[in-house]
Amino acid sequence: MKTKPRDKALMTLLGWGVAFIVFFPVLWMALASVKTELDAVATPPKILFRPTLENYAEINQRADYLKFFTNSIVESVGATLVCLLLAAPAAYAMAFFPTRKTKDILMWMLSTKMMPAVGVLVPIYILAIQTHLLDTWAGMIIVYTLMNLPIVVWMLYSFFREVPKEILEAARMDGATPRQQLLELLLPLSLPGIMSTALLSIIICWNEAFWSINLTASKAAPLTAFIASFSSPEGLFWAKLSAASLLAIAPILVFGWLTQKQLVRGLTFGAVK
Amino acid sequence: MTTSTIPSPKAAGFSFRRAQSRATDTRPLLWPSIFVLLIWMIVPLVLTLYYSLRNYNLVDPTVTGWAGIDNYTYLLTDPSFLTSVMNTVVLVGGVLISTVVFGTLFAVLFDQEFWGQGAARLFVIAPFFVMPTVAALVWKNLLMHPVNGLFAYITSSLGLGVIDWFTTMPLFSVGIIVAWQWVPFATLILLTAMQSLDREQMEAARMDGAKAVARFRHIIVPHLARPITVVVMIETIFLLGIFAEIYVTTSGGPGDASTNLPFLIYKTAILNSDVGGGSAGGIVAVVLANIVAFFLVRTVARNLD
Repeated sequence: MKTKPRDKALMTLLGWGVAFIVFFPVLWMALASVKTELDAVATPPKILFRPTLENYAEINQRADYLKFFTNSIVESVGATLVCLLLAAPAAYAMAFFPTRKTKDILMWMLSTKMMPAVGVLVPIYILAIQTHLLDTWAGMIIVYTLMNLPIVVWMLYSFFREVPKEILEAARMDGATPRQQLLELLLPLSLPGIMSTALLSIIICWNEAFWSINLTASKAAPLTAFIASFSSPEGLFWAKLSAASLLAIAPILVFGWLTQKQLVRGLTFGAVK
Repeated sequence: MTTSTIPSPKAAGFSFRRAQSRATDTRPLLWPSIFVLLIWMIVPLVLTLYYSLRNYNLVDPTVTGWAGIDNYTYLLTDPSFLTSVMNTVVLVGGVLISTVVFGTLFAVLFDQEFWGQGAARLFVIAPFFVMPTVAALVWKNLLMHPVNGLFAYITSSLGLGVIDWFTTMPLFSVGIIVAWQWVPFATLILLTAMQSLDREQMEAARMDGAKAVARFRHIIVPHLARPITVVVMIETIFLLGIFAEIYVTTSGGPGDASTNLPFLIYKTAILNSDVGGGSAGGIVAVVLANIVAFFLVRTVARNLD
């Protein structure tokens, strides 16, 4: 279908207009992050100003930013790895050796995601206190693993099902053990799928803000909780806060952009491809 | 194979696969996932149920013993409860409507051919990847702040005066932030769904003189009906649990004006240390979410295979 140049120009204007408006808060924050604190709160708002990178340099000195960043990485990557280790065998079993129960198991796993976190906040909170897992890496990794396990199983399952069965069958005929099939054939073949599953899991953990606010304090708080701690005091540090925020969302924005197509499948449990 | 007839390759392949699945015991691969999920599902739920029937205060050890249904009667007759349920419904409903409307329009728009389309798409879906606490703080401090916010400047230069968003319309303001995060989600899903639209049918309709609006109503909307259902249900699950946006901006206030059910439970259980009351709220939340989940799981199950 050929689009007329005039229509195309109009669409370009409209499309970029919408993109600008939707993206504006992020853009505005990025601008604030390179302003001085005075410029950041100036009225009228300054669009032209002398940019500075001071805020980025100062964040760590003022707020121990690196610690929270490390916590975010350890907790989201840690949970993702544990999740993949648990989920890959299960997804493999269901994708290649389906039984009558497979569909029920998948649906049951999905249904565990439907449990609102707040409904089980109290016992998890108390259990975390009693087991001394409150405000620890281990505690957060356990919670995030369990939170993401159904999604990860689902995504891996849908990627594994796209691997032609014939290849695995040929390997099986040649006497490859299930272990060999899994490690030497299936993993390399479905590596792109596994990568995007891992990225989605990292994105979800990284941005998770219910458990992190309620189950961490000073030691294991990831960036979501750290940023949330700025909700009450109204000091003159918006520029620094903007810089901290931008650093917190930048890696995830990149991950999200890289994997947007596969994300759709994961986010809708395969209902939209 | 003792039969004298030569089995067709297809049949042979089939029986081979069957034989293999019977021979290979996959349960050891499955049980770790199932086991941990089972524990994750059952233990907290049973404990919530148990606590909801107890008198239990985290800071006051003298509060103890069975409460029967007292926690529930207290919760259900508390005016805050009704307010919070209403707020939850308004927030979820409002955000759902706006995300579906804007998501559909944006999906159609970004499905058109234009210059820099790929890059523009990236910018539109970006807010979905912004962590909720950052989103809330940006809107609160940089945009909606009554003194230094950009909106205050814009409205006062237009002669409209300054709006103190989170005081005068707290729930609406929270809704704007949440919608800003979820419109991109709807756009992303629906845009993907648009790609499976039958282009020839669209072209034929255009040739037959169907106007853009007619094509939108009679071809695009029916095509998007199912993905929209999926969007609605997935969003509902997440929106029922909105927490960080409220925590960062209004703390549920002023009064209970922007307290939703999750925030009420958090206030009761964590801030007021009333475990019994919070747990009763938790059970109510689980029941409500399960009603939604029932329909979602059925829809997804229908799409499986």
